[in-house]
Amino acid sequence: MVENRPFLTFLAHAILIVGVVVIAFPVYVTFVASTLTLEQIMSVPMPLWPGDQFVANYTQVLTAGSTKGSTAAVSTMLLNSTVMALGIALGKIAISIISAFAIVYFRFPFRMTFFWLIFITLMLPVEVRIIPTFKVIADLGMLNSYAGLTIPLIASATATFLFRQFFMTVPDELAEAARMDGAGPMRFFRDVLLPLSKTSIAALFVIQFIYGWNQYLWPLLITTDESMYTTVIGIKRMIVGSDAANEWNLIMATAMLAMLPPALVVLLMQKWFVKGLVETEK
Amino acid sequence: MEKRVVFRSAWLPYALVAPQLAITFVFFFWPASQALWFSFQLQDAFGMHTQFVGLQNFGNLFKDSNYLDSFRTTAVFSVLVAGIGIALSLLLAVMADRVVRGAFAYKTLLIWPYAVAAAVAGVLYAFMFAPSIGIVSYVLKGWGVSWNWAIDGTDAMILVVMAAVWNQISYNFLFFLAGLQSIPRSLIEAAAIDGAGPGRRFWTIIFPLLSPTAFFLLVVNVVYAFFGTFGIIDATTQGGPATSTQILVYKVYHDGVKAADLGGSSAQSVILMAIVIALTVVQFRYIERKVNY
Amino acid sequence: MAGVSLRNVLKSYGELQVIHGVSMEIADGEFIVILGPSGCGKSTLLRMVAGLEVISGGEIAIGDRVVNNLEPKDRDIAMVFQNYALYPHMSVYDNMAYGLRIRGLPKSEIDARVQKAAGILELGQYLERKPRALSGGQRQRVAMGRAIVREPQVFLFDEPLSNLDAKLRVQMRGELQSLHRRLGTTSLFVTHDQVEAMTLAQRMIVMNAGRAEQIGAPLEVYAKPATTFVASFIGSPPMNLIPKDGKLLGVRPEHMEPCAASEAMLTIEVDLIEPLGADILVYGHIGDGESARVAARLHASAPAQAGKLPVRYAPQHVHWFDPATGKRIGP
Repeated sequence: MVENRPFLTFLAHAILIVGVVVIAFPVYVTFVASTLTLEQIMSVPMPLWPGDQFVANYTQVLTAGSTKGSTAAVSTMLLNSTVMALGIALGKIAISIISAFAIVYFRFPFRMTFFWLIFITLMLPVEVRIIPTFKVIADLGMLNSYAGLTIPLIASATATFLFRQFFMTVPDELAEAARMDGAGPMRFFRDVLLPLSKTSIAALFVIQFIYGWNQYLWPLLITTDESMYTTVIGIKRMIVGSDAANEWNLIMATAMLAMLPPALVVLLMQKWFVKGLVETEK
Repeated sequence: MEKRVVFRSAWLPYALVAPQLAITFVFFFWPASQALWFSFQLQDAFGMHTQFVGLQNFGNLFKDSNYLDSFRTTAVFSVLVAGIGIALSLLLAVMADRVVRGAFAYKTLLIWPYAVAAAVAGVLYAFMFAPSIGIVSYVLKGWGVSWNWAIDGTDAMILVVMAAVWNQISYNFLFFLAGLQSIPRSLIEAAAIDGAGPGRRFWTIIFPLLSPTAFFLLVVNVVYAFFGTFGIIDATTQGGPATSTQILVYKVYHDGVKAADLGGSSAQSVILMAIVIALTVVQFRYIERKVNY
Repeated sequence: MAGVSLRNVLKSYGELQVIHGVSMEIADGEFIVILGPSGCGKSTLLRMVAGLEVISGGEIAIGDRVVNNLEPKDRDIAMVFQNYALYPHMSVYDNMAYGLRIRGLPKSEIDARVQKAAGILELGQYLERKPRALSGGQRQRVAMGRAIVREPQVFLFDEPLSNLDAKLRVQMRGELQSLHRRLGTTSLFVTHDQVEAMTLAQRMIVMNAGRAEQIGAPLEVYAKPATTFVASFIGSPPMNLIPKDGKLLGVRPEHMEPCAASEAMLTIEVDLIEPLGADILVYGHIGDGESARVAARLHASAPAQAGKLPVRYAPQHVHWFDPATGKRIGP
C-alpha cells in the first residue's frame, strides 16, 4: 500500500470477507445438510446449524450408498474416482514428458508433423466429439472399464507444451556434459531431465488430478454399471426427481466426499497448484 | 527456438512419441473425422440405413429455430458468465492485492472452488435454490420474490450463471492477482507521488496494465461457458425448462445421446469444433502479441 | 595421454562453411590455446574435437585413433564448459562421480578419484553441497574436478574463465597453469581473451573467419604476426599499420619512441592522451587527417601533449604486410 488510508483498508477487508462468506456459503449449507436427517431438511427452512447425523449419514453413503437412483456404495465411487484421477494425471504426465523429450532432444523425419498433430488436439475438447468417441470406445470394448475412463483423456497437448517449454530452458550444456560423461539419451532423461522437471511434474499433477477427478461427461457416457460410477456421477445418479423425492442428506454427504480430495490437493499443494494453473495456460 | 544438442537414434524418438500419437489418433482424429463423416449422413431412427446427404444436416440446423435459439442462449449465457465472473474476481483480486495482513489467508479461502466439479457445483446450487425446500428460495420467498427455476426460464438461466460464476471465480481471481502482483511497485509509487489517488491509480495505471490478463480471461471464460459448464447444466436444469438453458454443447449431447440423431448431432459437433478453433486462434494471436511485446 | 591431430578439418552447415580446413599437430602434454574473436569458429573447432559437432571434412585423431565417428564418451576426453554445466540437482560429489558411475567404475575407485581431485582443487569441504550453494570460482573448480576425475587423454576448455570477475580470472589462470604442470595432460583451451592466451599457451592458434591465421608460441606470434589480422588482434593497443610504398608498414606502439624532429621517421598529430601511470598512450594520425590512425606507448616521463610528436623506431621492429592479402612479407 502506498499511502495509509484506514477506510480503504477497512473496505478491502469487508469486501473480501463478504466474498469469502458468499463463496463458502454453498459448501457450508452442503455440510450442514450432510449432518441432518432427511426430515430436518424437508422442514422448510432447514436448520443452519449442523445436526447429529454426521456419522450416520457418512457411514450410510460410504458403506451402502443411497437407496434411490444409484445404490452403489460411495466408497467404491471414491475408489473409482481416485483411479481415474490418478490414471489421467500420471498417464498424461508420462506420455507427455516422453513425447516432449523426443521432440526437443531429437531430430528425426516427421518431427514437426508429430508436433502439429499433437498441437491440433488442443482444438478438440471431448465435448465436441462425444458421440463418435463413444462409438470408438464401445467398439474397443472399453465401456465400464478403468481403461475406458482414463486412456481417452490422457493425450494432452497442454502437458506436452508445458514440458517442451521447460526443456527449452534447460541449458544445452547440461545435455552436452551428460554426453561427455557417457550418458545416452535415456540415461540423461532419467538422471538429469527428470529430476530437474520435478516442479513442473508436481504442478501438472495437481491440475490434472483435479481435472480427472472432476470429469463428468465422459464417465457419464461410458459407465452404465453402478460399480464403475465415479463420485461425481454417483451424485448425479442419486438425484431421481424433484426436490422432495431425493435423499438430500445422503446426496450432500456424497457431495462433501466428492469435493474433499481435490480441495485438499489444492490447499495442501497450493504452490504447485498456482504454478500449474498459470503455466498450463501459457 | 531449437536445441543445439541432439541425440541420435533411428528408432528411439518414434518410440517416445508413439504412445501419445497412438492415443491421439484413436481418440481424437478418428472420432473427429467420424463426426465430420456422420455430419454428411442421414440415419434412420433404428440405425438401419444411412444415406449420404452432403450439407443437408447443416442446412437443416440453420433452418431449425431450436438450434438458433440454442445459439442465442449460449451467447447470453457466456456473456453473463464471463462478464460477471471477471468483474467479481477483479474486485476481489484488487482488494486482496491491497491488504497486507491476511492476504495469504484470503487467497487460500478464495481458490478452493476451483477444486469443485462443475456437476457438484450444479447440485449445490440446485439444492440451495430448490423451489420447495431450498434455503435461499425460502429467504427469497420471505422477501416476496417468487423464484422457481424449474418452471421459469429466466430463473433457470440465473441459477446456472450463478453456479458457473462461482465455479470459475477462483481461476479468474488467481490470474488477476498474479497480474496485479507483477505490476512493479515503483509504477504505483510514481503515480502516488504524481498525486494520483487510489481510484485514479486503478483506472489509469493498474487497469490498463491488467487488460492483457482480462482479455486472456475473457477467452478462457467464454471457452469455459461453452464447454466446461456441461456438468452444471446437466446437474441442474438439463437444458430446461423447455430449452431455456440449452446451450450448444448440451444440445449436441441431447440430440446425439438422448434423441439419437446422429447426423444432426455430428453436424453440431463440427460447428462447435469450428468455434473452438476460432477461439484457439484468437487466444494464440493474443499470446503471440504478448511475446512480441 | 596422447596428442591430437587436426588434418584439414572442415565444418559446414548446409551451404555455409564455417571452418575452412584447419590443420595442426598437437604434441602429447601440450597446452594449446585457440584464440579468436567471437564467431571465428574457435568453439566449433573445439566442439568437433569433443564430438559435439559432426566433422564435415578432414580428420581429427586423438593419439593414433581417428575419432571422426566416435561418440564423445568414446574419445577419452573431458570438457569444461563456459557456464560450467554442473548438474544443479546433484551434489558436488555426484557431479564429479556421475561420469565414472556411468563407466561402471567400482565404488572405491570412484571415491578415491573424487577425493583426490577434491584435494587438488581444495573442494574437500564442499562435496555435499549443491552447485547453487557455491561461489563462481568454486563452481569453476567443480567443473574442472569433473574433468580431472575422468583422467582423460585430453582436456577441452571452452572459455571457462569468461564468467568470472577480473580478479578471480587472474587467480584461476594461475591455478590452471599449476594444474597443467602437475597433471601434464594435453589441453585445448578456447578463449577470446589475448591475455589468457598469452599467459596460458605453450602454443596458440589464432583463428579468424574459420581459418587458422597463425599457429605458434605466444611470443613468436607476438613478435612475428603472420597476417595483419593477427597483428591487430594481439597487442593492446594493436600494431599500427601504416600504408607506405604500396605496402603496409607495421610497428607496435611500444616500439615508437619520441625523438628530435630531424630524426623523425613519423610525425604523429596527437589528439588523445591516456596517462596510465607506468606509461602513456598517445593517439593521433599521420599527415593529412584522413590517413591511418596510430598509437604510441611512451614512457611516463616522455613529453606528451597535443600537437606534433616526432617518433622513430628501430628497424628490427618493423613488419611489412601485403595490403591485398594481408600476409606478412619477408622475415
